[in-house]
Amino acid sequence: MDGSLPARNTSDHAAELSAAVVRLSDACKGDRGVVLRVTCQTGPASGGIEQAELERRLLEIGFVEGARVELLHEGFIGRDPIAVKLDDMRVALRRREARGILLELESSGHPTHAMAKIRP
Amino acid sequence: MTASVSLTDARVALVGNPNSGKTALFNALTGGRQKVANYAGVTVERKEGALITPSGRRVMILDLPGTYSLRARSPDEEITRDVVLGRLPGEAKPDLFVCVADASNLRLVLRLVLELKQTRQPIILALNMIDIAERQGFGIDIGALARELGIPVTTTVAVRKRGIEALVALIDQVEANAAVQGDVDWRPPSAKDIRDAHREAERILKLTVRPPARPDTWTGKLDDVLLHPISGILILIAVLFLMFQAVFSWATPVMDLITAAFGWLSMEVTQHLPHGVLQSLICDGLISGVGSVIVFLPQIMILFFFIILLEDFGYMARAAFLMDRVMGGAGLHGRAFIPLLSSFACAIPGIMATRVIDQKRDRLTTILVAPLMTCSARIPVYTLIISAFIPRRTLWGFVNEQGLVMFGLYAAGAVGALVVAFVFRRLFWRGASEPFIMELPAYKTPDPKNVGRNVLLRAEIFLKRAGTTILSMMMLIWFLSTVPRPPAGAAGPAINYSFAGMIGHWLQPLLAPIGFNWQMSVALVPGMAAREVVVGALGTVYAIGENQPGRLAATLSGHWSLATALSFLAWYVFAPQCASTLIVVRRETNSWKWPVIMFAYMITLAYLAALVVYQIAIRL
Repeated sequence: MDGSLPARNTSDHAAELSAAVVRLSDACKGDRGVVLRVTCQTGPASGGIEQAELERRLLEIGFVEGARVELLHEGFIGRDPIAVKLDDMRVALRRREARGILLELESSGHPTHAMAKIRP
Repeated sequence: MTASVSLTDARVALVGNPNSGKTALFNALTGGRQKVANYAGVTVERKEGALITPSGRRVMILDLPGTYSLRARSPDEEITRDVVLGRLPGEAKPDLFVCVADASNLRLVLRLVLELKQTRQPIILALNMIDIAERQGFGIDIGALARELGIPVTTTVAVRKRGIEALVALIDQVEANAAVQGDVDWRPPSAKDIRDAHREAERILKLTVRPPARPDTWTGKLDDVLLHPISGILILIAVLFLMFQAVFSWATPVMDLITAAFGWLSMEVTQHLPHGVLQSLICDGLISGVGSVIVFLPQIMILFFFIILLEDFGYMARAAFLMDRVMGGAGLHGRAFIPLLSSFACAIPGIMATRVIDQKRDRLTTILVAPLMTCSARIPVYTLIISAFIPRRTLWGFVNEQGLVMFGLYAAGAVGALVVAFVFRRLFWRGASEPFIMELPAYKTPDPKNVGRNVLLRAEIFLKRAGTTILSMMMLIWFLSTVPRPPAGAAGPAINYSFAGMIGHWLQPLLAPIGFNWQMSVALVPGMAAREVVVGALGTVYAIGENQPGRLAATLSGHWSLATALSFLAWYVFAPQCASTLIVVRRETNSWKWPVIMFAYMITLAYLAALVVYQIAIRL
């Protein structure tokens, strides 16, 4: 697991203190936030394609740093896959593929659930 | 310049994101007159049409597969990349690109434009579906957009043919002024390049597009219902039920009509031609061969009507979302669900429908297992054997035993398909599952003309590409079952003396361990034409006239043991007794490799299943 957090905008101290950061793969329905970092260099391989390739595919569909994300829907088995609003479009992906996307939460659909996922 | 002096036609390629209305714009530009073929060596469809500009130039329009980037991820996108870069052998480099954009979803297409600019070819950006963007209150500064991108920008509403003349005039003007182009300066973008391009696209977007005053709320509201874990699944089941009903039952009267019409035609010919080889060739070979091709059309057209309608509406991506987890267990893509379900009616439209799956491996796995779904052609075979051997009684007070066996056969096929898919993924593509990352497009009202045109296109493709081969296969099977003719005064059915009879007798020792007698072995040879043909063939071998299923069932129950009957059922769950399916697989995969693999694995499974069933049954 990737423990270190990316360097953040230093002008945003208040937000940094209260910010909750989750992987999109751990987010719940209703969670809303901004993409903090997209990186697939770490963690177990996701299926057959290389991590660098997965990163580029996520970037191409619009998961770039600063993009606004809201988790809209979850699948009925294992809450997978997920459907998210990504800026002004909608994208579906599996949680496995969403591991590399770090979100800075602005509001959460399920506060208790989301708080458990917060990494200091 | 007039058309007569122009040496070569100008070549324009349409590029754009998926769901940008690119095909509708292609139809509006070319008037729907198009030539559909495959690119050499691959199964990606090549669609080309022509238009004449006001200055009298002929312009060839090429519709390229939709893509988000030139960095291709699927066979379709590779074609787009290679054509755009002028790398595809046998395909001239386009003189001009028209980049088609959904005007209400510009972010990703702007990045594609930035990437296309690296080819140093002239580009026109067409903001399609501008009416929807205007209704939502987007404020798009066309002039600023053109200035920032450095290319001409125009607006269109392809389905209403709005803005087409302006676009054609622009094509004419840009084409005429096209300067000598520099070299292609494109390399696959790195992650950094993509981030930079996004930043640039974001900058341009902020400068030129005012966010909508009345954003589309319908898509969100519909998704709340259609993607809901309970209502979403219920609606999906209802949609699939309707589709299944339509393919299965609405097609039946038309199929019966076609069968009757060809039967009548055959009768007419019989009456007017002397009895002999020529009569048999025309009636049993040609007419029934053509009939066996045409009879698939109603199912194919009804299935594609639903698929195209749902795709244009935007629902197909939602169905894939809902089913992804279920299909994923067997290593299949969510989009494999519709083709596999369709295969319950007939594997041929099902296999043709696998075109909705982008990834080659996912598509091949789906194609390979599709014929294991119990198609409607197995029903006459199952019904005959069940009525002859399974007692009509009720078990445990409420279960009909015949119905139970029928259900078991359906379940065996479906479970078999999922297991085989799972094994193939392990065997051929060791765990290499493609990521499931998919845009959920905004819902749109389908354009009836576009739906109708595409259904007809599918029918035409089936008749042209598969029909001719299926017909020649039918003729071959007729030849094998008819020639040589029995000697004068010979006893027994004529088929016994034909090549089919010889093959059947030769195969018999191989089939003895699974309990098949020589009559069954012989019937399996013409039975390669289609699964239900074996019923008629058994009638012929047992010298019972056609259309007497009652007598045939009685004869079979007198000649076969229960073990043999069960073994025959197990054989038909898996056996590739359908030449048309194999031919369609050859057409769809563009290689003999996959139909050969399909034939080999299915016949092996059929033999093993029949062997196990027979050997257990004779010991009970």
